[in-house]
Amino acid sequence: MTTTVAAAGLGTAARAGVEVRLENLQRRYAGVTALDGLSLTMAPGELVALLGPSGCGKTTALRLVAGLEQADSGRVVVGGEDVTGQPTNKRDVGMVFQAYSLFPHLTAWQNVAFGLQMRKVDARQRRQRAGEMLELVGLSGFADRFAHQLSGGQQQRVALARALAIQPKVLLLDEPLSALDAKVRARLRDEIRRVQLEVGITTLFVTHDQEEALAIADRVGVMHSGRIEQLGPPTTIYSRPATPFVAEFVGLTNRLPGVVRGGEVDVRGTRLPLVQPDAADGPAIALVRPEAVTVASGGETAAGPLVGTVIATAFLGATSRVSIDLGDLTVLAQLPTSEATALPAGTRVRIAIRPDPVLISRDEAAPERA
Amino acid sequence: MTRARRLRLQVFRVIVLVLGGAFFLVPIGAMFEFSTRGNRVGAPRTLEAWTTIVTYPDLLGAIRDSLGLATITSVGMLVLLLPTMIWVRLRLPRLKRSIEFLCLLPLTIPAIVLVVGLSPVYRWMAINLVDTIFLLSFAYVILVLPFAYRALDAGLSAIDVKTLSEAARSLGAGWGTVMFRVIAPNMSSALLNACLLSVALVLGEFTFANLLSYLNLQVEIFQLGLANAGTSIAVSVASLMFAFILLVILSFFGRPRRRVAPERTGLAYPSAAAGPK
Repeated sequence: MTTTVAAAGLGTAARAGVEVRLENLQRRYAGVTALDGLSLTMAPGELVALLGPSGCGKTTALRLVAGLEQADSGRVVVGGEDVTGQPTNKRDVGMVFQAYSLFPHLTAWQNVAFGLQMRKVDARQRRQRAGEMLELVGLSGFADRFAHQLSGGQQQRVALARALAIQPKVLLLDEPLSALDAKVRARLRDEIRRVQLEVGITTLFVTHDQEEALAIADRVGVMHSGRIEQLGPPTTIYSRPATPFVAEFVGLTNRLPGVVRGGEVDVRGTRLPLVQPDAADGPAIALVRPEAVTVASGGETAAGPLVGTVIATAFLGATSRVSIDLGDLTVLAQLPTSEATALPAGTRVRIAIRPDPVLISRDEAAPERA
Repeated sequence: MTRARRLRLQVFRVIVLVLGGAFFLVPIGAMFEFSTRGNRVGAPRTLEAWTTIVTYPDLLGAIRDSLGLATITSVGMLVLLLPTMIWVRLRLPRLKRSIEFLCLLPLTIPAIVLVVGLSPVYRWMAINLVDTIFLLSFAYVILVLPFAYRALDAGLSAIDVKTLSEAARSLGAGWGTVMFRVIAPNMSSALLNACLLSVALVLGEFTFANLLSYLNLQVEIFQLGLANAGTSIAVSVASLMFAFILLVILSFFGRPRRRVAPERTGLAYPSAAAGPK
């Protein structure tokens, strides 16, 4: 999609992004803590993705910013103004929902103009603004269609145009892509990012899809049990996870039993440096990315301290994921497809682990992915 | 599906249609036949019973009052029930069962019991406020609650009320706008069904009016039947036909709209700003 709104038109329409602060938000439902002192500061024009498994509190955080729910304590500050007690319709937020939310009795254009009508914008400006917004999302040719005449992706684009038309201070995206098929999802994801950058609006994006979060966000906040476990750029979240939960939730991780000794962890003869060098000695689980595992065919004769058997290969495109049985555990290795195709199931291989700093976990259970 | 099976199904449908049609049409036809008989044996057919309907001023008044009652009851039912049901669904879902129970309660209470209970209230209103047949609409709103509740509940269940209202709220709409400009237009069929049921019930209501000594259409037909059976039956057929025509009209308006004229929603189509139509 390469649609671009004329600079002049967008210039009059867009509002510079504002800072959004969530300060120590607490929310409990019938004894269950949904948010446990969540704090987050979003810079003007920034897109922050809240990522986490179901029930981690990410949607609750977004709904508190929208005013659709009230916090037990804490503050929501938008553009320097404390909006914690304000009702939703006074908050000046634009929101795109997970479920299709276009008003079925109105056309696409009427949907986009709805918020402007609520703000008593005069008819001429309404027409101009709604037209601009539909053009921004590449749907000006669909202005007179009803929701049931639009595909899921088109409906969400109209919903995005509708949310942006009111020139909100902050844009809230509540898993807007989760009802779409994979191809449309990827395309619309890029589309949302393009529009967000073009408009320059501060945006909070909630998702349980790590690929989506890493691809679209300036910063990703990985949430767990009502708190942000780690907040940082996508590359940092993936390559330098701060906690075992983040390491295991974002990307795939091998859980390899080892023993911590003197700031290193010994995994079956391979000594790996620790991200947490002050970790106490004793048994632990080393968390190793599949791309840190190297594989050589040739069984006993090849280089590498561990010997195993290839049991399956998953084709992922340019790379493939090879599952290797070491007898008492299975290790995943991510290899270029050209190398993986030379390792059919049953091949005896030797594996080695690249000595990058690794995280350890003392917890037996791995987090569930949403 | 084989051709023979399709044929059998088709024949079955036709038989059901004919039997069902006969069940409704034969009595109406018999009533019409009776209402066109002459006054003595061997007399030729006549429409006298029909033409004399307009000569009974009480009857015309009763028709007018019943239509007025049907209108007031429908409006009252919507004003009472629609906001309550939307509010309960959005904000107080725990009360849904209680509201449903309350609305279905009139079904389980015999009309005579309701009348006995309401009678002192009506007597007080007639003495201290105003004595008009339209007071009956209070009782009728209660009477139509179970049927209207079911129709409206089905309409609300067919749309995502929560998401639509939250979307509208985030765009700046107040609760009134959410109810009457977002939710209600998307359940127009359910609203019409609820109104239709209310109108049909009120037009056919006899017990309340008779026991509370008001003269509505059914009471007038009953009294007319004592004096002039032919005219009484003619009015009954006419009221049945009226209800049928009303049903057809409401069904026509209640059909899902493929297109809505932009003007009807108060938003003019941007012929210049937007793309091709």
